[in-house]
Amino acid sequence: MTVALSGGEVAGQLEEKFPGGILESDQNCLVVKGDSLLGIASFLKDTPELNFDYLNYITAVDYFEYFEVIYQLTSLEHNHSLVVKARCYDRDNPALPSVVGLWQGADFQEREIFDLMGISFDGHPNMKRIFLWEGFPGYPLRKDYL
Amino acid sequence: MEVAGARGYIYPDKELDREEGQVIEEVKANSQGVIPDPDGWLEEELERNILLTTVDALINWGQRSSLWTVICFPACCAFEFIAANGPRFDLSRFGMEILRASPRQADLMITAGTLTWKMAPNVRRIYNQMAEPKWVIAMGACAISGGIFASSYNVVPGYNHIIPVDVYVPGCPPRPEALIHGIRMLQNKIAKKSILKKG
Repeated sequence: MTVALSGGEVAGQLEEKFPGGILESDQNCLVVKGDSLLGIASFLKDTPELNFDYLNYITAVDYFEYFEVIYQLTSLEHNHSLVVKARCYDRDNPALPSVVGLWQGADFQEREIFDLMGISFDGHPNMKRIFLWEGFPGYPLRKDYL
Repeated sequence: MEVAGARGYIYPDKELDREEGQVIEEVKANSQGVIPDPDGWLEEELERNILLTTVDALINWGQRSSLWTVICFPACCAFEFIAANGPRFDLSRFGMEILRASPRQADLMITAGTLTWKMAPNVRRIYNQMAEPKWVIAMGACAISGGIFASSYNVVPGYNHIIPVDVYVPGCPPRPEALIHGIRMLQNKIAKKSILKKG
């Protein structure tokens, strides 16, 4: 059974390396700043005792005040997992750094989020719509669509 | 040294051989002549070999009895079609067990499933590639009206926005019996077709 790591415990390891990069942490998850997302993600992947080498999924939620992008990570070696979240407060041009460089599987999922939620991922090699067609008005999974 | 009745037969081996010889001699003696081929009925058939029908009836019979389906199944209704095609419901009874991967060899499109606007140009293209005459069965709620997805941003509310539909088979999904009933209705429709009128 995969052990779900406590966000608070992992936050303790990250705090000194990324001061101010972590907004919240509790038993379930770790909320990080968008600017330091890429640094924290690559630290989580490359640190041997964490070694999050597998990205389960990326998804996004619209909370009206902000968008939240959620990453679930798993270490196949240590058999533990962690949920990392990042928030976008800009509703007109929300953007986050892309993690395709770390986990290839993020490619289509980031495109899907861009397509349906309108969050753009900086550094993605092919940031364009995946399900809908070019010219489709709006982003259908946003709460204020229609 | 002779081992008599070693295998416990009722007759000694020599007597069996003698009987076999007699049977063969008998068959040979009775088979010197040739048995005539059973072709008496051929003469009789030739006598009444003129069939009177109309061109319409003949063409319609040929077209409705060998409907070949193009492989174009966008969603889950396809599984009911697969069941209908399998041994239990056995669509081949109606002359249409063959699925064509190439639309140019098909005359029937069974639209099994939800159609999205992104897929719509491709379905219309497959339909346009099919050779005339061609027919369409709208299978299931999504194909008829968009079904539960009718108000979605990306679902075509019915295939008849894209291509002309001949028969609508309701259900979500329709059972194979319902699909077969729809196919029978289409066959009845084809039977009424005339080559003098289009459509």
